Amino acid sequence: MNYFLTEEQEMIKNLARKITDEKVIPIRQELDEKEEFPWEVLKVLSQSDLMGLFIPPEYGGFGFGCFEMCLVIEELSRGCGGVAVTFAANALGAYPIFLFGNEEQKKKYLPDVARGKKICAFGLTEAEAGSDAAAIRTSAIKQGNEYILNGTKQWITNGGEADIYTVIALTDKSKGIRGASAFILEKGMDGFSFGKKEKKMGIRCSATRELVFEDCRVPQENLIGREGMGFLIAMKTLDMTRPGIGAQSVGIAQGAFEEALKYSRERKQFGQSISSFQAIQHMLADMATQIEAARALVYAVARFIDSGAKEFSRESAMAKLFASDIAMNVTTNAVQIMGGYGYMRDYPVEKMMRDAKITQIYEGTNQIQRNIIALSLIKEASSWR
Amino acid sequence: MEIIVCIKQVPESTEVKINPQTKTLVRESVKGIINPFDMYAIEEALRLKEKLGGKVTALSMGPPQAEESLREAISLGVDEAILLSDKSFAGADTLATAYTLAQAIKRISQFDLIICGKQTMDGDTAQVGPSLAEKLGIPHVAYVRKINEVKTDSIILEQMVEEGYRRIKMSLPGLITVVKEINEPRLPSLRGKMRAKSVEILIWGVNDFNIEKEKVGLEGSPTQVIKIFAPQRRKKGEILQGDIDSQVEQLVNKLKESRVI
Amino acid sequence: MKTLDIWVIEEKCNGCQLCFKACPYNAIEIIKKKAVIKKENCNLCGACVNACRFEAIFIACKVPLEPVVGYEGIWVFVEQKNGKLAPVVYEIIGEGRRLAQKLGASLSAVLLGSKLEHLVDELKFYHLDRIYLVDDPALSVFMDEPYSFVLSNLIKKYKPEIFLGGATSIGRSLIPRVASILETGLTADCTSLDVDVAKRLLLQTRPAFGGNIMATIICPEKRPQMATVRPHVMKRAAKSSEGKCEIIKEKFAIPPFKTHYLDFIEDIMENVKLEDADIIVSGGRGLGKAENFIILQELADVLGAAIGASRAAVDAGWISYSHQIGQTGKTVSPKVYIACGISGAIQHLAGMQTSEIIIAINKDPDAPIFQSATYGIVGDLFEIIPKLTKKLKEILGN
Repeated sequence: MNYFLTEEQEMIKNLARKITDEKVIPIRQELDEKEEFPWEVLKVLSQSDLMGLFIPPEYGGFGFGCFEMCLVIEELSRGCGGVAVTFAANALGAYPIFLFGNEEQKKKYLPDVARGKKICAFGLTEAEAGSDAAAIRTSAIKQGNEYILNGTKQWITNGGEADIYTVIALTDKSKGIRGASAFILEKGMDGFSFGKKEKKMGIRCSATRELVFEDCRVPQENLIGREGMGFLIAMKTLDMTRPGIGAQSVGIAQGAFEEALKYSRERKQFGQSISSFQAIQHMLADMATQIEAARALVYAVARFIDSGAKEFSRESAMAKLFASDIAMNVTTNAVQIMGGYGYMRDYPVEKMMRDAKITQIYEGTNQIQRNIIALSLIKEASSWR
Repeated sequence: MEIIVCIKQVPESTEVKINPQTKTLVRESVKGIINPFDMYAIEEALRLKEKLGGKVTALSMGPPQAEESLREAISLGVDEAILLSDKSFAGADTLATAYTLAQAIKRISQFDLIICGKQTMDGDTAQVGPSLAEKLGIPHVAYVRKINEVKTDSIILEQMVEEGYRRIKMSLPGLITVVKEINEPRLPSLRGKMRAKSVEILIWGVNDFNIEKEKVGLEGSPTQVIKIFAPQRRKKGEILQGDIDSQVEQLVNKLKESRVI
Repeated sequence: MKTLDIWVIEEKCNGCQLCFKACPYNAIEIIKKKAVIKKENCNLCGACVNACRFEAIFIACKVPLEPVVGYEGIWVFVEQKNGKLAPVVYEIIGEGRRLAQKLGASLSAVLLGSKLEHLVDELKFYHLDRIYLVDDPALSVFMDEPYSFVLSNLIKKYKPEIFLGGATSIGRSLIPRVASILETGLTADCTSLDVDVAKRLLLQTRPAFGGNIMATIICPEKRPQMATVRPHVMKRAAKSSEGKCEIIKEKFAIPPFKTHYLDFIEDIMENVKLEDADIIVSGGRGLGKAENFIILQELADVLGAAIGASRAAVDAGWISYSHQIGQTGKTVSPKVYIACGISGAIQHLAGMQTSEIIIAINKDPDAPIFQSATYGIVGDLFEIIPKLTKKLKEILGN
């Protein structure tokens, strides 16, 4: 469908597509099997300027919005969900600095991020604080000009590989989530170490590790915004990036759909292509329709955000929720259409199915997304007369 | 270092149309891409520039739509692009092409090194590079797989030959044709693409540089295609019959027929 | 402006009437089993050219009415490295002799280098009329500049009408340079040659677009008519018992040149890269064990082919993964793919089905590979392949 992309958006999409076709798809299986971080692809993305897409021109980037990010994430995901999440998590880690950081912080960090010289990660989740993000325990106690961080973040995408980390920690435990603050940490700081790389079901080339803080001293100038803003910063950041998960879902689904469609025309059973059977045709039709609906929603939300909307938690949650459920559905059906072959690792759809599952889980499970949507609906209804 | 890269736009698909009158290839209807071997030439030029400074100019001869390929070269990081395009350049063979390129390069005048892909995907002749060097009165080394050392007045190269490679020192200015072992071409950058959209591509016709009209295009081409035909298509699934010796005999004959041996 | 002309090569025409039927202008008559063009009716549409199955009708512009005069003889360039002849030399001598006989012309070889008496002694036995020898220390190692200087001066002096060289890395670098000096036409990498005796034209046929199109090319006005010839295509010259031939020694003052040979490094790296190979010999489960890949290697060596394998062979540990072709391996598209003992599962086909010619050798007549094969042999690969290798060896020499 024609989404009336501008010439620049068309250019970005084509560039991302080319990178996916030439540099991601040929190596995705190997990356998946070896659980190898996609440094080669990141190098290409940096060379192609895509790492700086969302960073304003004054910091060496392009100043594009959520929509353009979605275009890139979607294309990368068509090839490999793991590569795409690595790219997306970099933005997730940099957004707090870009959205809430002061001039010095932006000047110090963003140009390197824009050039792809440094990779970012975002640390919120903890072992006891998953869906209940407010239950975090990592503490940041002010001591002179420094904050002393203690605690452990869990399942941090790009953990260990990234150079810059934005971490949410409690500066005042008594205030609960209002006592949370956001900090910029750099790899190599004393008292900052990493846990082992997690073994995941899907998106295996992406790195997922614990961030461990043991009396880690962080200079006070690394505080983002003010003390107590941490939770707000985290939530606003996630609102911004959630459509990206939607885009990732659309991309994974699209990749699986294309494989299944191609296969259905090649595979012959009972003397004819299986694409001539109505059972297969209807599945393909449903898959394509679902993907298009998800894409339309993701694009619409991303454009809504870029239009300067102030409040978009609900829309952002809808895009992530709908698209990720579709991705799971479509990839499962792609495996089904391809039958035994689809289940084999020779073909990419089983990986796509494994990759799709996480989209229903991370950056807020789909159950939490429904909570967000429902709360917003009820809040809106309460203002009715 | 001033580097000129000669590139050619070739049809992406192998379905080719031929003008029955002129017997030359009709390119209008097929999507054009940069000749894949020329991508290695562009990459090598960009790497030399990144290392040594200077400028990379892409030069192409072709129909007006070849401008797209030059814009693609710009998106990869080439500084300037010139397209030699004129009705009277059409139908050129390798000699007329080399002459036309040479005359354009004489107008550019400043260069240390010319880099060409080893051959084009459509013509497959590999002749334009060496022929162009001769027309410019400069040395050339074909099938370069590595540049070992660059000095202001010379360059040390590795040339691929059948049994290995030869190391050759060539004085500059000179010309090399490169093989794909030399590097891995980059993808375009967003900045490059944006620049490519707006940058001016110089288009030179017959009157824009010094040429003798009877030496360009079909007119200036000593060779002439008199027949273009499809090679014998393969028949599907022919099972060779008979005893083993006769099967082997038949197979060898088939290979001979299809010019494999 | 020069005008288009149409003509029939009589010795190729067998009067089959295909052109007569194809002509929309009633411009062709068949007289005494030969097509004759009625020029007054013909508008040069080319329908007959396309209809002719014997390449007997041509349309071209700027063909001079009279053959170019002042040039005589066919020359072949003798490529040598370290005093050893390139195999293609024998092939172009063989082809040169065939064309010379048709034209009633002489055949000469051009030999450049240093200390080459032994090569002269060898070449004498190949039915040559003359050998032009330029023996100069400056030519001891092949370099484009001195070689093109000497060659072009020889040609200017003796004026051959046809000049042939091998389409090797040397030939394809040197001969364009020579043609550029002489401002004459050159056709690269020809796979078949013929002559139009009446017009004394060399008909040069070569593939283009990766072999999707064949083109026949002439050089009507300039001399010599130059072509490089693809190795392994033409028949080798036969050796004669008597070594008789005129030797013409020449000397030129070679000016200093700008390229300098430093050294040669033999590349022991690897055999042909799978993705780049023109020919792939591939083995599957039918091979039975790792050692049996040797018989494929022997066939591959004769053909200059690379070795591929199906997943079954790789999984069995008979050959390394880098040889695997198919969905989980490499995708290849060679000119010839020889599948030996490969059943042809859909995953394997995905990696090789775009090959130009697919040859399948398998015991099982129902193996799916035969559905995709251009040529299939149902039988025991252990009997067939050694025989094929032997046969090809005989034809291709060593």
